[in-house]
Amino acid sequence: MSTLAPVSAVPGTSRLQARRGVGGRFGDLVLIGLTGAAAFGSVVLVGTIVWKVLRLSGDSFARFGFSFVTAREWDPVKHVFGALPFIYGTLVSSFVALVIATPLAIGIGLYLSELAPRGVRGIVGSLVELLAAIPSVVLGLWGILVLAPFVAHHVEPKLHSAFGFIPLFGDPQQTGQGLFTAALILTIMIVPIVASISRELFLGVPRELEEGALALGTTRWEMVRGVILPATRSGIAAALILGLGRALGEAIAVTQVIGGGTRIGSSLFPPADTLASKLASSYQGANPGLEISSLLYLAAILLVIGLGANLLAQVVVRRFDPLRGART
Amino acid sequence: MNRYRRRRLVNRMMEVLATLAALIAVAVLVIVVASVAIRGAGALNWDFFSKPQALFGQPGGGIANALIGTILLIALATAMAVPVGVLTAVYLTEFAPKRVAVSIQVVLDVLAGLPTIVIGIFVYALLVIGHTQSGVAGAVALAIIMLPLIARATQEVLLLVPGTLREASLALGVRRWRTVLGVILPSSLGGVLTGTVLAVARAAGETAPLLFTTSIFANSVQTDVTKALPNIPVLIFTYSEQADPALHEQAWAAALVLMGFVLVASVTAKVLLERNRRRLAG
Repeated sequence: MSTLAPVSAVPGTSRLQARRGVGGRFGDLVLIGLTGAAAFGSVVLVGTIVWKVLRLSGDSFARFGFSFVTAREWDPVKHVFGALPFIYGTLVSSFVALVIATPLAIGIGLYLSELAPRGVRGIVGSLVELLAAIPSVVLGLWGILVLAPFVAHHVEPKLHSAFGFIPLFGDPQQTGQGLFTAALILTIMIVPIVASISRELFLGVPRELEEGALALGTTRWEMVRGVILPATRSGIAAALILGLGRALGEAIAVTQVIGGGTRIGSSLFPPADTLASKLASSYQGANPGLEISSLLYLAAILLVIGLGANLLAQVVVRRFDPLRGART
Repeated sequence: MNRYRRRRLVNRMMEVLATLAALIAVAVLVIVVASVAIRGAGALNWDFFSKPQALFGQPGGGIANALIGTILLIALATAMAVPVGVLTAVYLTEFAPKRVAVSIQVVLDVLAGLPTIVIGIFVYALLVIGHTQSGVAGAVALAIIMLPLIARATQEVLLLVPGTLREASLALGVRRWRTVLGVILPSSLGGVLTGTVLAVARAAGETAPLLFTTSIFANSVQTDVTKALPNIPVLIFTYSEQADPALHEQAWAAALVLMGFVLVASVTAKVLLERNRRRLAG
């Protein structure tokens, strides 16, 4: 308040000013303190989550160390635990989902940003976003009772007879519960996320660049391939990594359709488990002690993978803004 | 000429494929919503909403206990997440130095991206180990999931508040804290509301965090939040893992209720958001 000092030359106002000043400063301090505490509280919260979850697996870590990550056996009776089947299930289901989701999501993004008539655009865009709002447990219920039987009776036999020479498409399963169905459910969850981000990215490409390409005589697709996709490449990559992070950590819907098991093999159809689905399905029946501790070790691995994917996406978004050059 | 025809053909093909992708997404939405509606509608009646779950193996029963439990959980989680989320957003947009704001933003994004089951495990370690499962624990887990969503939505709308409004208030000699509380927050109330509705829609369907914190519950109506609260997501999950078709029917009906609520909330939030954006921009 020192800058207001001259005002105190007027008799009677100085005390008023001073009081308002102190009261005001106090209010400012309180508000900054409160909001700052909330903001830094979130940082502390994330730190605590990481620390606490990593520490939880202590017993199992002390027993198995890092070899837990590469051990293939999970046998509560023999007290032997290993995470490899679940890491395998997590990576394969998410990767397959990403492979199916990528062209779909980019196609939807292009349709919404370049092709759709004005009236249709908003409606279809909203519907795609609504797909992301369906609770995962509802999607899982649909997956286990509708999608899995359909996959077992129609999709797997056809894929097997057409592409059976590729080891990925082995013998069809009875129930349809397995890695492949889990990947399909994950695809449904990833597509709307990646599609909405792609649409925003495509809309952000400067109009002059697009028109320039078209004026040079390119077709719309050549313009997309030559201008839009290169300009948004890293943004799409970040969106895909975000989607991947979502898929890696999805527990409930996957638990419902993946069937459960520790098999590692080339075929996509047999039942399996992911880190998250193993946690969700085994936690309630688990014996206290080493089994619970090993389950929590799985959670720690999941946390590390999830954090990695997340941070990677953020680095890609922030570091490699593709339009930085184009905008200037 | 031939070459030109081929280029046009490729272009046409790609346009058809992109349109097809959009059609597939809409079709999947329609199929999921329709199957849930068709299978769930049959079991929806007054008893379904007013009676608690039947005892094991007995017919009938409803979801009254789970419905009340879910409402309590969401209310509690919202009461925890909204103040913290709004305060965080105010700090980030009004007070924080730019570099600090960016770092905190990264942390919030990380929080939003953490697998929800990991958050469940965290709260389990914090509040359940050594105690019992409780509604409070479930609500804390949900609140952690809601926090970054509310903070982000609030931040977006705070940034939309015209700088002139802020400057006018400060120029009148109003203190910053009164400017924030009296001018900036009221004009962004709509955004806070939108963010809250979105976060509620998201939290209402979350199952994984509740599995560890409030999943072993009684078949009766429970309102004591220090005990495990029955809730709809865990009920659907448990029923879907059973072989009994009667339970599947109940699961479909509960799924219809949950999905209906979540979809209506999402659409409402979207409409609110549009209206807000227009008001603040215009």
